[in-house]
Amino acid sequence: MGSLVYLKNVVTLKFFSEKCVGCGMCSVVCPHGVFNLSDGVVRVVDRDACMECGACARNCPVEAITVVAGVGCATAVMNGLLGRESSSCCCVVDTNKGSVEGEGSERRSKGPACC
Amino acid sequence: MSSTLGPRDRRGTWRARWGVGRMNYTVEPGLYALGQPDSASPVFVTANYKMSFDRLRSSLAGRNAWILALDTNGINVWCAAGKGTFGAPELTRRVASSRLAEVVDHRRLILPQLGAPGVAAHEVRRTSEFEVIYGPVEAEDIPAFLDAGLKASPSMRRKTFPIVERAALIPIELLAALKLFLFALPVLFLLCAIGNTQDMRANIAGFGAFSAVALLCAILSGTVLTPLALPWIPGRAFSLKGLIAGLAAVFVIAAFRHGMGGSSENQWEFLAWLLLIPSFSSYLGMNFTGSSTYTSLSGVRKEMRAALPLQIVGGAVGFGFLLASRLFP
Repeated sequence: MGSLVYLKNVVTLKFFSEKCVGCGMCSVVCPHGVFNLSDGVVRVVDRDACMECGACARNCPVEAITVVAGVGCATAVMNGLLGRESSSCCCVVDTNKGSVEGEGSERRSKGPACC
Repeated sequence: MSSTLGPRDRRGTWRARWGVGRMNYTVEPGLYALGQPDSASPVFVTANYKMSFDRLRSSLAGRNAWILALDTNGINVWCAAGKGTFGAPELTRRVASSRLAEVVDHRRLILPQLGAPGVAAHEVRRTSEFEVIYGPVEAEDIPAFLDAGLKASPSMRRKTFPIVERAALIPIELLAALKLFLFALPVLFLLCAIGNTQDMRANIAGFGAFSAVALLCAILSGTVLTPLALPWIPGRAFSLKGLIAGLAAVFVIAAFRHGMGGSSENQWEFLAWLLLIPSFSSYLGMNFTGSSTYTSLSGVRKEMRAALPLQIVGGAVGFGFLLASRLFP
């Protein structure tokens, strides 16, 4: 099967290795294998696979990771541009600083069909 | 509480997929006993979206466990985690209100991995004295995870986007696009009344019917073909994938019309659909980013900056050509 990879070199993920304590929590929570823990050392092995969900940064106990978390949903971005609160799907727009937050169909985990 | 899904559960899932009462498909938040759990049984945390809840309980067939459903306003785990409703504060509250500490002896909560964007494990430990253990991405891997001593293999930690899942998301996108189609019908009808107006009936049967079919093809290529063939369509940007699918649709239609002996082909009309179908399909394909499991917000913004103006121009010029085809037959 063809591979599903999104655009190259766009994500806001930053990893500060000097702060890292090697707990490996980031490699546990990342759904796309961006981090790798081996011999107590964490490395970013697939930065372009990052979808900016924010799980790694949220679960890092020493704030060694930053990422502008959001939902990669075109409908939500458009609603944001149009100043609409929400519309199709369940993309919800966070009005502060125009960043989109909330859920697109993609935030699906166990309950597909959008939300 | 049973781990078997009955016909009502299945029908509910099907209805939600097609958008019937989807925003209102919930279970009551709180603690549930699955089978005959005791004080040593594992505790699974989920959202109060019924489809999430059902996935979890059906994956635990034949096991005894506690299920703690958080109040996420009936939204699934991943969505709710992104929004923050599936988060440490609600988890801490629900652990306290359900008196979980009195129900079980251990101090472990098993959370779905996709809940992690909303929950800081180290924070929960501080506020509720419970340790958060992230289970696998997919509920169906939970038995293997339990049998391995609460260990998930690397593949269980990955969110994939297989064809079955992509197909399941089609109805919602398709229905939204078909609503747009209904708005386009009166416009097509008006176009039928422009130009050679001697025989309105022939206009509708010819130009009108063909236009409706062409539009439907654009919708199908953007909301059905693009999601299904996603990994095999060249390109990374969804707008590009939608565009390519749309171009394929144009050639299918052109060949089809040629086969039907459409000799009196109008150049304007052909150009119009050559622009309209790929533009519309590209737009619809782009909207599927919201359904995908791997697109980033930065990436979506980048592709929209490039694609949206082109889609709008393509659509506008295409419509101009369509108008021209009626004025200069």
